Amino acid sequence: MTTTTTTNPMVSQPYLVREVAKETSDTFTLTLEPESGANGTSFQPGQFSMLWVFGVGELPISISGHPSERDRLVYTVRSVGQATHALVSQAAGGCVGVRGPYGTGWPAEKAKGRDVIVVAGGIGLAPLRPLIYEILSNREAYGRLTILYGARSPRDLLYRKELTAWARQRDTQVLVTVDYGGLAWRGHVGVVTTLFKYARLQPSRSTAMVCGPEIMMRFVARELEAHGLARPDIYLSMERNMKCGIGFCGHCQYGPHFICKDGPIFPYEQLRPLLEKHEL
Amino acid sequence: MAQEQHTILPVNQLEKLIEAVSRKGYEILGPTVRDGAIVYDQMESAEELPAGWTDEQGPGRYRLKRREDQAVFGYAVGPQSWKKYLHPSEVKLWASERQGATFRILNNETRPKRPYAFLGVRACELAAIAIQDRVLLEDKYCDPIYKERRSRALVIAVQCTQAAATCFCASMGTGPRAQTGFDLALTELIGPGGHRFVVETGSKRGAEVLAEFETAPATDADCHEAEAAVDRGAAQQVRSIDTEGVKDLLYQNFEHPRWDHVAARCLTCANCTMVCPTCFCTTVEDITDVTGDHAERWRRSDSCFTQNFSYIHGGSVRTSSKARYRQWMTHKLASWIDQFGTSGCVGCGRCITWCPVGIDITEEVRAIRGENTHGKP
Amino acid sequence: MENLERIIAEHPFFAGLDHRFMTLLVGCASNVRFEAGTYIFREGGEANEFYLIRAGKVALEMHAPQHKPIIVSTLGEGEILGWSWLLPPYHWKFHARAVGDTRAIALDGKCLRTKCEENHDLGYELVKRFAYIVDQRLEATRLQLLDVYSVR
Repeated sequence: MTTTTTTNPMVSQPYLVREVAKETSDTFTLTLEPESGANGTSFQPGQFSMLWVFGVGELPISISGHPSERDRLVYTVRSVGQATHALVSQAAGGCVGVRGPYGTGWPAEKAKGRDVIVVAGGIGLAPLRPLIYEILSNREAYGRLTILYGARSPRDLLYRKELTAWARQRDTQVLVTVDYGGLAWRGHVGVVTTLFKYARLQPSRSTAMVCGPEIMMRFVARELEAHGLARPDIYLSMERNMKCGIGFCGHCQYGPHFICKDGPIFPYEQLRPLLEKHEL
Repeated sequence: MAQEQHTILPVNQLEKLIEAVSRKGYEILGPTVRDGAIVYDQMESAEELPAGWTDEQGPGRYRLKRREDQAVFGYAVGPQSWKKYLHPSEVKLWASERQGATFRILNNETRPKRPYAFLGVRACELAAIAIQDRVLLEDKYCDPIYKERRSRALVIAVQCTQAAATCFCASMGTGPRAQTGFDLALTELIGPGGHRFVVETGSKRGAEVLAEFETAPATDADCHEAEAAVDRGAAQQVRSIDTEGVKDLLYQNFEHPRWDHVAARCLTCANCTMVCPTCFCTTVEDITDVTGDHAERWRRSDSCFTQNFSYIHGGSVRTSSKARYRQWMTHKLASWIDQFGTSGCVGCGRCITWCPVGIDITEEVRAIRGENTHGKP
Repeated sequence: MENLERIIAEHPFFAGLDHRFMTLLVGCASNVRFEAGTYIFREGGEANEFYLIRAGKVALEMHAPQHKPIIVSTLGEGEILGWSWLLPPYHWKFHARAVGDTRAIALDGKCLRTKCEENHDLGYELVKRFAYIVDQRLEATRLQLLDVYSVR
């Protein structure tokens, strides 16, 4: 039972760790649930939470679960440093502090009635997964769904079983590539932009949602434009250092934008003049 | 301003004002001389004020000098600003303790015991407080720590009758005349009429303080003398920023060679962000005790000049000092306008004075304008 | 033959090519088929043809001592395989292996080289088109080099 001052947006809510599942050698999916008696929370696909590990630190992590499952929050976390390592080392039954959800979500409403192109690189598939879930559970509301996904190598692919299942859905095309393939790999090898030529796209009725390393998103956005998509129909999810997630610490500023409250999702036309700037 | 609101306070009655404020339960914070500077600290008596002192400021230079008169507020601004109290550089957010597998957030009170009374707030500082109000209270979320301190604070402003060489509030439209945002405002006059203050009442709270002791109304002559004194102060300003189109100027000159020029001098020491009254960036620190069962989250001031400010996995985004200086200046003068509707700079000149190598933000703007090939000639 | 002509004429790579050159190309073309696992060509071999992939997938591999063989790129339907036929020393720089059963149109590079020397207009048209492909592949390779998914 907590005695938090609910008016303080910097106070974490304790959530119980229900499960920690290994996705790849350095990436794990945590399923958290609110303590008994506490209310669950809803979120928009694309939003993130600030996750706190007792005494270690707090990180912004995208929510990667099903938006209709209000009794839990799911996060896919890649262990890249001290805080992420502490997060993925939680055992079931442990406790993680949660603040949020924060940020803008993917513009799913705007994409209704249109084809959706999802382009993911590496861990970037995690914040896109709730969007894919949203589309597949509302299949009639959207046109074709094309999922283009690139990872470093076959061992780094996330959600492999789900990718196969998604490919079997109606009007859904899933294309996967890796940067480095061993001889046993029978799929595509090459950066994710090389998948475009195999995708069946109708650019004028498509909205693209892109997430991955910044340089990958830059090239993908250019490729999408080259394929005929209009800049206002391309959305990117940006990332910067965050200490608060609520627009006070100043760390996440990208040009005039606070990634935590003006983003993390932005239309490409807003980002285009900024993406080319070195050390912005 | 309606002259019936103005009263006269002789200098030897200043103590009465302080006593009245103290009786109302405020903790009084005001200027005093220490360590060769005029700093803000708790005070209990008018004797602690820097009577007879003035400051001499220039790029990378600050000296206190004795005045020929005993003016109490005869200086511009020191290294500190009121964010020292409103947006403290170190504050505990909350504490937590383990309970088996889970943890409990402890209900912590970081509220100060007594509300603050700020004595000696300059127009530029009032503008800075209003700017921080916009950032910390009036945007998407509200900072309860700032709100707590701000909402209860009593603000006694001082109209500037002289400018330091580093002041440029006139060009920023933030001074030297304080017009709103104060409970009381004092204009110090030393002349044939005697050493006295013309007191403007800016709020009901201010009027209640004045009502605590006897005052006489200010004459027309007093008020005119006060206005003239502030005008003289404004005329003394030697620096300025031409704010016309400065936002687009900086946005369009991301690769201007001037940034390399300033980068060759900037030490990224972060002094400017510490002394700037509007800089608000913070970081969060987690600490535990030796047992590991008790954890605290602390908020500390941070600066965009640090190497790690822009760190994300893999490295920092702004590694060069050029990128970091450019970020600070562009945010202050340009992005701030898009974010919060006004400039982030109030023209107090502290960044110029306290920069160890004397980088002058007004000069940097001129340099970028002078060689500007984008936008207007 | 007519089928081949149609396929070549309709392929975007050859768009805008003069009718005379088209006929010439068709004269150098043939249908080929590779079973899964077959090496279409090997590094170091003589590069005398290029391929227009019609179905299937081809992996470009590098083998080096002390390294496990890696696939640097895969090419699929509609893509052009091989440009080493065009420039000296006319040797393949990679292995190319059919990942699955692969059908392609093979174009006789040796024959085309001679024709290009005789007719520089034809040569220019082909070099322009191949330069475009090299540019695309170079950009993609550079992105690959950045190793964007790794953690420093």
